[in-house]
Amino acid sequence: MDAHALHPATSTGIPNRKLAIWTFIGSECLFFASLISVYLVYKGKSLVGPYPSEIFEIPLVTVGTALLLFSSLFVVLALNGCEQGNRKKFLGWLAMTILCGLFFIGMQVYEFTHFFHEGLTMQKNLFGASFFTLTGFHGTHVTIGVIWLLSIFIEGVRGHVPPAKALNFEIAALYWHFVDVVWIVIFPVVYLMNS
Amino acid sequence: MATSVLDHAGAAGIHPEKTGLWAWITTVDHKKIGILYGASAFIFFLIGGLEALVIRLQLMKPDNNLVSPEFYNQLFTMHGTTMIFLAVMPLSAMFFNFFIPLLIGARDVAFPRLNAFSYWVFLFGGLFLNASFLFNAAPNGGWFGYANLSSKQFSPGLNMDFWAIGLQILGIASLAAGVNFFVTVLNMRAPGMKLIRMPMFVWMSFITQLLVLLSFPVITVALILLMFDRLFGTHFFVPLGGGDTMLWQHLFWVFGHPEVYILILPAFGIISEILPVFSRKPLFGYTAMVFSGCFIAFLGFGVWSHHMFSTGMGPIADSVFSLATMLIAIPTGVKIFNWLGTTWGGSIQMKTPMYFALGFIAMFIMGGLSGVMHSTAPADLQQTDTYFVVAHFHYVLFGGSIFSLTGGAYYWWPKMFGHMLDEGLGKLHFWLMLIGFNLTFFPMHIVGLEGMPRRVYTYPAGLGFESLNRIETYGALILGFSFLVFIFNVIKSTRSKVHAPADPWNGATLEWSIPSPPQEFNFPSIPTVHGRDAFWEEKRAHGGKLPEPARVSGAGIHLPNPSYWPFLAALGVLLLFIALMNHASKLGPVYIFAAVSVLFFSIFNWVFEPAEG
Amino acid sequence: MDHRLKRWHSVAGALLLLTLLIVVVGSAQADPYPQSTLHPKGDFALMVDKLFRTTLFWATLVFVLVEGALVFVIIKFRGKPDDPEPKQVHGNTMVEVIWTAIPALVLAMIAVPTVRTIFRTYETPKGADVLQVEVVGHQWWWEFRYPQLGLTTANELHVPVGRTVALKMVTQDVLHSFWIPQLAAKRDVFPNRSTTLWFKAEEPGDYPGQCAEFCGLQHGRMAFQVIAQAPGDFDGYVGRMQATGGPAAAPATPPVDSAAAKPAAAANALNTATLAATVQAGADTVAGSQLFMMKGCVGCHSLNATKPMGIGPNLAGIGHRLYIAAGWLENTDANLAKWIQHPQTVKHGVLMPDLGITEAEAQSLVAYLRQH
Repeated sequence: MDAHALHPATSTGIPNRKLAIWTFIGSECLFFASLISVYLVYKGKSLVGPYPSEIFEIPLVTVGTALLLFSSLFVVLALNGCEQGNRKKFLGWLAMTILCGLFFIGMQVYEFTHFFHEGLTMQKNLFGASFFTLTGFHGTHVTIGVIWLLSIFIEGVRGHVPPAKALNFEIAALYWHFVDVVWIVIFPVVYLMNS
Repeated sequence: MATSVLDHAGAAGIHPEKTGLWAWITTVDHKKIGILYGASAFIFFLIGGLEALVIRLQLMKPDNNLVSPEFYNQLFTMHGTTMIFLAVMPLSAMFFNFFIPLLIGARDVAFPRLNAFSYWVFLFGGLFLNASFLFNAAPNGGWFGYANLSSKQFSPGLNMDFWAIGLQILGIASLAAGVNFFVTVLNMRAPGMKLIRMPMFVWMSFITQLLVLLSFPVITVALILLMFDRLFGTHFFVPLGGGDTMLWQHLFWVFGHPEVYILILPAFGIISEILPVFSRKPLFGYTAMVFSGCFIAFLGFGVWSHHMFSTGMGPIADSVFSLATMLIAIPTGVKIFNWLGTTWGGSIQMKTPMYFALGFIAMFIMGGLSGVMHSTAPADLQQTDTYFVVAHFHYVLFGGSIFSLTGGAYYWWPKMFGHMLDEGLGKLHFWLMLIGFNLTFFPMHIVGLEGMPRRVYTYPAGLGFESLNRIETYGALILGFSFLVFIFNVIKSTRSKVHAPADPWNGATLEWSIPSPPQEFNFPSIPTVHGRDAFWEEKRAHGGKLPEPARVSGAGIHLPNPSYWPFLAALGVLLLFIALMNHASKLGPVYIFAAVSVLFFSIFNWVFEPAEG
Repeated sequence: MDHRLKRWHSVAGALLLLTLLIVVVGSAQADPYPQSTLHPKGDFALMVDKLFRTTLFWATLVFVLVEGALVFVIIKFRGKPDDPEPKQVHGNTMVEVIWTAIPALVLAMIAVPTVRTIFRTYETPKGADVLQVEVVGHQWWWEFRYPQLGLTTANELHVPVGRTVALKMVTQDVLHSFWIPQLAAKRDVFPNRSTTLWFKAEEPGDYPGQCAEFCGLQHGRMAFQVIAQAPGDFDGYVGRMQATGGPAAAPATPPVDSAAAKPAAAANALNTATLAATVQAGADTVAGSQLFMMKGCVGCHSLNATKPMGIGPNLAGIGHRLYIAAGWLENTDANLAKWIQHPQTVKHGVLMPDLGITEAEAQSLVAYLRQH
């Protein structure tokens, strides 16, 4: 595939795949908006505990949140490196991004395990059901993002992502930003607003 | 067979017309995918129609026991689900696929393989839903699957699992197609095809994709929660665990009302193509038509609770949703008046597509007005969940969508298949359909107002429902027969092989500038567009008539390679959901792992496969 | 010639359609519709009907005008293939503004009374005179409780004419919708939130209603009757129902009791055969009373209207109800016996099991129940 094939002339000037990922993200916004709404509707409606205030470990999640936020910056730097053909910058920051993502997933695995031990399951109460559904789907998105970025990293190491193919990376980066932004909404709504 | 596809991939650029099963499975040609959509959807339409006929036979007389209540509940649930998700939506998708690229002057859609993927996921989803009949466990909770009847406690069988999972599969197909056509319309237009020059069908389809993209995620969430309730024992919609049954209704109708416009807007688009051509006059008030379509779509997201007046949401909510619903009548009225304005002063050519287009207007007015009648919340307290509502939405979805889609089929048949349908049989089809339709559904207004609720498997004698129900059943039989005439017409026309010219109707749009049926590459060279009604403009510029376009060699035209990965990825999606359904069995985790592997393997191969030769 | 012939075909098709629709409307007039929304006999239903008729008027007007315009266009602007191209008009701003504005005005005519009526539907009737009724939906029957009177009954709601009835409704299982077309309208019934509806019957009569929200297998067989009675008759009904809770009531009520003043509205349906059965009861009713205990009927059904117990419908007054099996099966001795013997045949899926009751036993039970 040559550069021309990747960037055929389009009516809007935006490459098809970039427009597609934006469209997809727009649709995904409604998906998460619905999940967050369900969480909010059932807030305080649980018939039995454990309740959110008894169980959340805010400091740990704050660290995870911060790392996910930073990863959004890292992925910008990596994309910048990719577009410049700066292999070191590209792969270095991409590796950092992936590590942040992996840490976040690790945090969530720890958190879920901890909650299970505390007796919070999806079946236990509405909080458990809506919390695990919302954060679980977000976590799945992060996982898919990490796999996607990892495959670009491997391709990058093999030298298959030259600047002309930066779009391949750019759409993954857009997706990654979206996943981060969703968490920026989830974090205050779920963890901070539960006095 | 497997080697033949490799040969084709190797011999890229020549692209002889491919036939045979393998060619259909691996096709990424939007026209072939369109035909696949059409054929599958028509078969599902016939299945849904048969279900409706059994329903009508059961209701033909009071206290009838032709079918058991169990089966009746499955029939009406599957009739609604089938007609909405497996007939009208994919029949519209047939026209999106076949004609959006042709109408905007493109060689294909933006993502041909994603397009194939959408189709296969749709087909598997439809087969999955209907496979439930084999287990005697077809969905039985109504097409809007209200909680908490849909819960494991009150629907213990597999029925509603099939429903919740089947609709999720179909949602994936719709969303993938939505992204694809949204990008196609924005990005793949021929030079000069500005947005405000696009044919109205493209505009309405474009708005439809936007509705799909914004409403399907909501139903997906609702279905996921229902699936979690049923499979994993959560209590999202289980009152005993604190779950709220109203939440289901809100989530469902936030999707459900836009869905109504997803079903009708493409029909509006088709009508807006047929009327100008057979009135020999451009569409009246083009800009108003575009904006009224946008306005309908926008309002469509703000009226969902008019499906819930009888839940007692309070006077403020009822008033707001009543008024918002009434507002929709304004842009809809604008559309109807503009259609009349299009025909006004025209030179009306009464060909079969025009019969259906005019029939559409006549019937849709009826459906629209009964819609205004239940926008008044207190009156809706009498009408909702009665046959009056059944009459209303059949006037909109059958009198509207199906009349329009059938008209579209007669209109575009020569372009799709290269031969003309018979005019006489077409008109017979129209009259039988119009008479059958009105006999079936007009009495439902009356019987509903006289007190017959919907979704009852029978009714006692003495409530006065007998004679009208008998008439409805006769009407339904006529209606069913009218489609036999259509099938006969198709067979006869296919056999007679009367070759259709490129432009049999003096068409206004680009698809009529190329041979019938179009060659694989659509346009030998991408056209340049100078105004609305691009082909009329071109014909005028050439003194009114153009020579019959010749079929040419497509050498040198790059086309996407055929691929079987979309098919396999779609299979992976199906397997994943089947595995989820059986997650509790001993081998559950193995099934899930296997399905995820198939899905990931297919997607990776798809991504790394060269898209073009 | 050919052209003309085709036009004749179209005219014939359109005329045929019109004739058929007239036949439909005509045949609609022929039937009596006891469950109609169009002949309101209660204040709530009258209010809704008034609004409906306003909307229907405007809808019909618009319908006639627009369909008329369509027919006019089809006749007037019919062209031949070789006609010259008509004038190419792309639009007309003035016309388009007008036909946007006119529908808006028509909608305003509907909108104002709509909002006014919406607020009225939500007014909660207050005052000591209001008869409070609690409605509980079950799969697939209706339970009615009169908290002010301490009574519970099922599937047949007696109300006094001229007195406002305030309904407060919940369900024991899935969603239902309480619909009484001639007196009020419908309101959905939910498991963990109560909804309300009110009405005042304007004249005595038997008003059929039924569940309007799909609620599972036997949704089609979940009907009920509202029996509006003159205040005196209603008091008589209340007295007799309260007597079923009296010391002499259970399990064998004196026959005299049930022969007392019956609801006037229900009287005509109460056949003399029933009365005869009551009189010659004797041994049969004693056997029936024992069977009622032994066969386990009593496990689910109470014959005492003042004590709501058991998961099944309260059977106090069953002998006088118009219908059984939730408001649709006529309350004859034969039907009642069949219902007792084969509930799963009569109404498949209900909680009442086939208990292997013989024909003779069923007769005894019928005789016994006729006293209640």
